[in-house]
Amino acid sequence: MLQISCPWCGLRPEGEFVCLGEAVPPRPDPAALTAGEWAASLANRANIRGLHAERWWHVRSCGRILTIWRDTVTHAIAPGPDGTAAPEAAP
Amino acid sequence: MQRFSFLSLARNALSHHEGWHRAWRSPPLRDTYDVVIVGAGGHGLSTAYHLAKEHGITNVAVIEKSWLGGGNTARNTHTIRANFLRDVSIRFHDVSVKLYEQLSRELNYNILFSQRSMIDLIQSWGKLRDLRRRSLAMALHGPAYDLIPVDEVRRRIPAMGDLAGVRLPPLAGMAHPEAAMARHDAVAWSYARAADARGVEIHQHTEVTGFLRDAHGRVIGVETSRGTVRAGQVALATAGNTSHVAAKAGLSLPLVTRNLQAFVSEPVKPIIDVIVNCPDVGLYVMQSDKGELVIGGGTDPIPSYRQGSHVATFEDVVASLVELFPRFKALRMLRQWGGAIEFAYDASPIISKTDVEGLLVSTGWYGGFKSIPVGGLTYAHLIATGAPHPLAEAFGLDRFTGLRFLLEAGTVAQR
Repeated sequence: MLQISCPWCGLRPEGEFVCLGEAVPPRPDPAALTAGEWAASLANRANIRGLHAERWWHVRSCGRILTIWRDTVTHAIAPGPDGTAAPEAAP
Repeated sequence: MQRFSFLSLARNALSHHEGWHRAWRSPPLRDTYDVVIVGAGGHGLSTAYHLAKEHGITNVAVIEKSWLGGGNTARNTHTIRANFLRDVSIRFHDVSVKLYEQLSRELNYNILFSQRSMIDLIQSWGKLRDLRRRSLAMALHGPAYDLIPVDEVRRRIPAMGDLAGVRLPPLAGMAHPEAAMARHDAVAWSYARAADARGVEIHQHTEVTGFLRDAHGRVIGVETSRGTVRAGQVALATAGNTSHVAAKAGLSLPLVTRNLQAFVSEPVKPIIDVIVNCPDVGLYVMQSDKGELVIGGGTDPIPSYRQGSHVATFEDVVASLVELFPRFKALRMLRQWGGAIEFAYDASPIISKTDVEGLLVSTGWYGGFKSIPVGGLTYAHLIATGAPHPLAEAFGLDRFTGLRFLLEAGTVAQR
């Protein structure tokens, strides 16, 4: 079972959270994109084998959404790569 | 290819079974092929077989980073079924079941096909409505998915405990008589042997490390751990790792990889003769020919390439198992495994050309053992003719651009 650090609640067990999947940047303006680029921004995912940023929703506690870096092969939660911030939070 | 028959078995028995040839060759890797298929699992080998059989394309190499059939083909629960919701999915998987029914004869290899029905236990009104809708959709196309009362479920699954006290009271069941199981290794080996006999080369322990591109960006081959191989077309059949491999060609796909775990108990005498599926609590269980109970649940709810057991999901599945089958508390578990399954944005398969010319993908199988024969048939058609097979026209990547999603879900995994 994963232990996830919530910035508001501290280290809490996985069962309190719902995983929202890979952290994707905020949606771009559809008017500025082609149909293909718009569809890709909706559906495509990097689906990284290794360390990636993902969002979790602390639904059974404080209700807030947070971003962590986790290795998709080992499941180890780690600090993000040096100098790389998590992608901007979803609005 | 040495054919298996009663006579050949008897003849080889007389020579102490020392006269059997290898099931497939291991020829040296050449530097050019018409088609390179990446991934020697069920789908890759089935595609190679159909390329050779229906289209006469035999200058084909199937390259595999590990050993043949060692990925998701070895990491599933060997269930074959056709209970889907969308018309195209039902037709597609109905053909797959029919091809499986004939596969042992077609490939001259016993895949231990056992068409034993799947019984779903329904424990919520929402699920009942959902599965009745599926049942009516399927009635238009052939495969049966019939509503049965709880008494009938209990009659067909006598190992199930007293259902009166369970947390979610059972409402009804669904019976899918076409559902079957087959020996997963035998499916990979039989396709490998049959494809090899038609001239296809299989190269194990050959990992793709990059793609060879021409001046226009077209893929014209692959870099591998054993050298460069040129190819007219490169077809990915790398279930679980397709995003990872496609990224080497700069291609982004609408896929997420997740871990789907399963485990088996110690062997016991025959006690369950159908595939039991409990979608409301996330549990399925069947008994293998060796007597082991094969037990699985939903996917782990996080992106993962771990191919192992995630304890939170394991606990959920076991809790559901012992509630519905209290007598199984006495069983010990022998081993567990996880497969890295990938599913598309709409949970339907993708059999498609890509934005990168010369590179094709077959992916999003979300547990693709059931679709190996028809997946190979339709992928081979796309590779050989350049046009999608009539059964798979809806499975192109262009459906995302047009927002023509084919929303599907697993039987257990949709929770």
